[in-house]
Amino acid sequence: MSKIGVFICHCGENISATVDVERVAREIGGMEGVAHAIDYKYMCSDPGQTFIKEAVKKYGLDGVVVGACSPRMHEPTFRRACAEAGLNPYLCEMANLREHCSWVHEKSEETTEKAIDLVKMLVEKVKKNKPLDSIKVPVTKKALVIGGGIAGIQASLDIANTGHKVILVERDPSIGGHMSQLSETFPTLDCSQCILTPRMVEVAQHPNIKLYTYAELESLEGFIGNFKAKIRLKAKSVNYSTCTGCGACIQKCPVKKIPSEFNAGLGTRTAIYVPFPQAVPNKPVIDRVNCNYYKRGACKICEKTCQVGSIEWDKEDEIITEEVGAVVLATGFDVKGTDFFPEYGYGQYKDVLTGLQFERLASASGPTFGEIRRPSDGAVPKKIVFIACAGSRDPAKGIPYCSKICCMYTAKHAMLYQHKVHDGESTVFYMDIRAGGKNYEEFVRRAIEEDTVNYVRGRVARVYEKNGKLIVKGVDTLLGGEQVEIEADMVVLATAGVANCGSEQLAQKLHVSYDPYHFFAEAHPKLKPVETNTAGIYLAGACQAPKDIPETVGMASGAAVKVAALFSNDELVREPVVAVVNRLAPPLYSTCVGCFMCETACPYNAIEHEEIKGRDGSLIRNSARVNQGLCQGCGTCVAFCRSKSIDIQGYTNEQVYAEVMSLLND
Amino acid sequence: MSSNTDFEPKIIAFVCNWCTYAGADLTGTSRLKYATNVKIVRFPCTGRIDFLLLLKSFAQGADGVIVSGCHPNDCHYTSGNFHARRRWIAFRSVLDLMGVDIRRIQYSWVSAAEGSKWADLVNNTVADIRALGPYAEYQKVADYLEKEGYNEEA
Repeated sequence: MSKIGVFICHCGENISATVDVERVAREIGGMEGVAHAIDYKYMCSDPGQTFIKEAVKKYGLDGVVVGACSPRMHEPTFRRACAEAGLNPYLCEMANLREHCSWVHEKSEETTEKAIDLVKMLVEKVKKNKPLDSIKVPVTKKALVIGGGIAGIQASLDIANTGHKVILVERDPSIGGHMSQLSETFPTLDCSQCILTPRMVEVAQHPNIKLYTYAELESLEGFIGNFKAKIRLKAKSVNYSTCTGCGACIQKCPVKKIPSEFNAGLGTRTAIYVPFPQAVPNKPVIDRVNCNYYKRGACKICEKTCQVGSIEWDKEDEIITEEVGAVVLATGFDVKGTDFFPEYGYGQYKDVLTGLQFERLASASGPTFGEIRRPSDGAVPKKIVFIACAGSRDPAKGIPYCSKICCMYTAKHAMLYQHKVHDGESTVFYMDIRAGGKNYEEFVRRAIEEDTVNYVRGRVARVYEKNGKLIVKGVDTLLGGEQVEIEADMVVLATAGVANCGSEQLAQKLHVSYDPYHFFAEAHPKLKPVETNTAGIYLAGACQAPKDIPETVGMASGAAVKVAALFSNDELVREPVVAVVNRLAPPLYSTCVGCFMCETACPYNAIEHEEIKGRDGSLIRNSARVNQGLCQGCGTCVAFCRSKSIDIQGYTNEQVYAEVMSLLND
Repeated sequence: MSSNTDFEPKIIAFVCNWCTYAGADLTGTSRLKYATNVKIVRFPCTGRIDFLLLLKSFAQGADGVIVSGCHPNDCHYTSGNFHARRRWIAFRSVLDLMGVDIRRIQYSWVSAAEGSKWADLVNNTVADIRALGPYAEYQKVADYLEKEGYNEEA
């Protein structure tokens, strides 16, 4: 028979004012299997815990129930006390007599009776508790960072500086991301490349960082501390160990009219190319889709030009496997193109640009070397219209959220335009100005007051071309809905920030959740903004939601700290509240029939297939097995299991049925 | 519906640890009062709740059952509450077809911030069940099945 100790807390008067605690202890003391039952003023105090420890030893208790506050408050306290007395901590349970009883009921007979019932329930549960051991899993102290924009760069550097190895994977031929495309940054107007490129070089030279550019994640298996990542190294067609980055091949390449991704389509590049002059690594790749040799089998001019023989025509994609303990997702965002807007010309007007294209125009490294010129005729625009919230905050466009950065960069664009074209006239159409952030509001005021940007509150209904001008038809809602028509030379749309292409597939590869807009979902919107629901995978930057550079950097450092904290342990210790599939003696082995309903239920991919084999190696049956590193203990599989073969430790069927039976069996 | 004042219904609540259990804790810390009839059984997630437990509860004399977890999209485990909801939709119609009084099952979502919603849920359920009276029919059937050996316990 069980020997259970029951300890009823008065919680000062919090419980004893409405519950007759002595009666609870007395009645529970008479229950079958209860060896010891007392009440005390403060069970969580030192003397209170000492009562428990002494009773465990004196009576040889094999279970403890503490009737006190919510287990969410003091369960760890009392479990620790039990463990110190030599009792397995998972043989200790708490009955919630305060939050669920004394605080919500008046002093009465019924309240005391409910308290007795609650304690009884847990006594019956504890009788079925089994000693459990915390789960320990080893940790591989190497991190994988996916995405080499400012988020990935910051996270990589921060992790690497804690002394841990980092693998940084970037899809493009160079790291740098969107930040490398920006001209100046708000609210200080310092040049983006000036602050970014030193970081890029630091990444390339850091002894703890292994950089794979032109590479993508193929698959990720495993669980926190123990991931196995397959990375596809796309064929660069250039041998980086011999290439000196002299650039002669680029100058001689005859295919010169490919729209440059780096210049957001405004400039051109060659087929063998380095995306931009400050690229890291500063060595070219061959774009096989556009290269004459890969298209037609002839050309090879670059090979003839290359003095070190670095061109590798037959190079194939290579897949490598890396073992890592944590993953940081920093895949960033994308912006909608002008073709998304029928009302603004479906992308057919050359002088209607996205904000990102305007960044390239304004950038000293851009196609016009920083001069604001119309893509159509190269003229300097004298009248320019900026349209904020192009797509954002528009449920009809499927983008009901605010893209957050546009208000600020539109103010910056207008400012930069005024600084560069002194006699120019700029107008910003906006819905609201959202300038929350340090020095942000001041920055917008500066654009309006010092740089005389004309801010018009209202939407633009249509933009169309007429006699070489762009006619912008909008409304000024602050002037009683008066219609505004502007003959502009250039229109810049602050197009919505959206999830990067392929983010949905990546999320599915990693088993992290994503929101309806395909941004990755954080584990908790407030308290776990950098974690995902998959343990060991963290988020940094705009892959979670649109955000600006300071926020991105802060988040990346946050993710890095999470990784560093994880790596500070040699082993991870987890609560053993996980599912287990039963194992029985031969010839049954398990009641699991291998239907794998549990597999469909599991949000964490924790169900593995196991072949149960006889001594001669013959297959007896397929059965499910739970990977305890991945299982988070939700128990959804338990409710799904047809044969009741899977159960969750700490909330087993036996335990919960015992609770239900105790409540009603009198 | 006339209320039966002598009858104190026995109600059992199956709630998830992360939302409703925490919500009920908040009811306590906010000192909101509610009826004593409901006793909570804690689960990690509503996805864990085997709906046979509901039938077992009725067989054992429960007059009503509350199932409550996180709101859709709030699940600590991403999708456990969706599984529970889907199972409940299917289970509900089966029970209805079988003649079980589904008015006695209250399925709800109470978040960790909804302390007052929990108090209201309990009070309303108690009032509803009190009006319905004791659930003797199911117990009779269960007793009969047990006697006839249809419901053998291990």
